[in-house]
Amino acid sequence: MNRLVTRFFDTVVPPLILLIVAVGAWEAYIAWYNVKPYLLPTPRAVAMALVTKAPQLTHAVLFTGAAAGLGFLASLVVGTLVAFVFSQSRWIRAAGYPYAIFLQTVPIVAIAPLIIRWFGNGFQSVVVVAFILSLFPILANATAGLTSLNHDLADLFRLYNASRWQTLLKLRLPSAVPSIITGARTASGLAVVGAIVGEFFAGYGTKRYGLGFLMQVTIDQLQTDYLFATVMVSTLFGVGIFALVNLAGGAILQRWYDLPR
Amino acid sequence: MPVDDFAQPLIQAIDCGVAFAPGSAVLEGVDLAIASGEFVSIVGPSGCGKSTFLRIVAGLVAPSSGEVLVSGSRPEKARRGAAPMAFVFQDPTLLPWRTVADNLQLPGELQSSLPRLAPPDVLALLERVGLKPDDARKRPRELSGGMRMRVSLARAMATNPKLLLLDEPFAALDDVLRQQLNEELARLWQADGWTGLFVTHNVSEAVFLSQRVLVMSSRPGRFVADVRVPFAYPRSFALRGDPEFARVTAEIGHVLREVLR
Ligand SMILES: Nc1ncnc2c1ncn2[C@@H]1O[C@H](COP(=O)(O)OP(=O)(O)OP(=O)(O)O)[C@@H](O)[C@H]1O
Ligand SMILES: [Mg+2]
Repeated sequence: MNRLVTRFFDTVVPPLILLIVAVGAWEAYIAWYNVKPYLLPTPRAVAMALVTKAPQLTHAVLFTGAAAGLGFLASLVVGTLVAFVFSQSRWIRAAGYPYAIFLQTVPIVAIAPLIIRWFGNGFQSVVVVAFILSLFPILANATAGLTSLNHDLADLFRLYNASRWQTLLKLRLPSAVPSIITGARTASGLAVVGAIVGEFFAGYGTKRYGLGFLMQVTIDQLQTDYLFATVMVSTLFGVGIFALVNLAGGAILQRWYDLPR
Repeated sequence: MPVDDFAQPLIQAIDCGVAFAPGSAVLEGVDLAIASGEFVSIVGPSGCGKSTFLRIVAGLVAPSSGEVLVSGSRPEKARRGAAPMAFVFQDPTLLPWRTVADNLQLPGELQSSLPRLAPPDVLALLERVGLKPDDARKRPRELSGGMRMRVSLARAMATNPKLLLLDEPFAALDDVLRQQLNEELARLWQADGWTGLFVTHNVSEAVFLSQRVLVMSSRPGRFVADVRVPFAYPRSFALRGDPEFARVTAEIGHVLREVLR
């Protein structure tokens, strides 16, 4: 109990104090220099926006969350499957890997309009952008995991004349799970970013909209307090998703693997 | 190298050589005969090719010159039929995501000619290696290093091998545990009658376990001494205090020193 209290004071209190100081300085700065609200809203105005716009923000979080979640799941499945193929031969890997890297380096802002042209204006395009952005870390980590094998275990499987398929299912894939989890941790954050960026270009509409759309509308309409509230919610949401994936991954690692979280 | 009295040795190496890179032989001109049912240890300096030789006997590495025969045929063929093999590594090589019982099932799953274990078989195996019935449900991470090695031994025993290859299996364990496991291994050998080929850096362990101790030289690796160990089985802890035990150990230690110079 005592240790918990100490930990609370060590980890929660310092950032809290800094937050209070920063918010105080922010208020004081606006009051002192008489800053226009559309340039910089007061912390109180942001808090008000958080409360009054709660229904819209919730809607946006759900919409963005659904797109990010679907994009993330798609990259988890597709990334692992492609990594499967990559792991089958050095040649295939050499042939395919440069194009996989292309996924990571392509400026998403540049190809997002193209994606909307292909997939149509709306939810599905947002999912595709989230998918593209989050695919690479899973693909790269899963490939690394599937190709790096414990030599003794590989020998053990050969000694018992295991087929290629048996080695894949009973050794390579389970051995790769920790690497896939590492990739998924990075990918989860990127999927959220991808969904929000995607919504800058797609997902317009008053019935179905996400955080990216809200950001764009609020900035156009000079509702800076609302914009701040949206950015805050987006950040918290990203952290939440990251924490969730981390927690799930940690649980898997601890239950089935002899690994620290 | 004295030729055995038996008509056909279980393991026969004829002028066997291995070079991983051209011009630098790891093994060269290795001749050896091991009769069925013998327990033989190999000692030698680090990197001289002991593990490589074991892997050749298991059919995991092909010799570059000469040949190694097990039961009169190539090891890959022998281990599928006439001479089922098991390999115990320095690392217990258990699958961390499987329970102890499921780890014991692995060989039978991979190679259909090996027996599938019924639950009573699993319990009997655990008992043979000094584990409790409760341990069957545990995962490797819940076991101590010594217990994991016992599971590894049990997995080897599960296949009813004709030939058991052991590559420094107890090197990571503390001395008391190691001596205890030596006694248990000798007992298992005496009870089952498999042929044992045991690699170790520990001379007294080699003497304690074996009927013959082979000393290997390095660069290139070949067998330079073949010392008969005259003690009767079962061998107990008291043997380690026997002056004759000390003499044989010293004799082999002397040869090793010569090799290292
Ligand atoms: N697959 C391989 N490819 C290239 N070189 C190898 C390979 N396997 C072993 N070697 C080399 O062959 C030599 C003998 O290795 P090996 O593992 O058989 O030695 P060892 O006697 O078992 O050593 P230790 O006592 O340290 O276990 C070493 O120099 C090693 O680097
Ligand atoms: Mg070795």
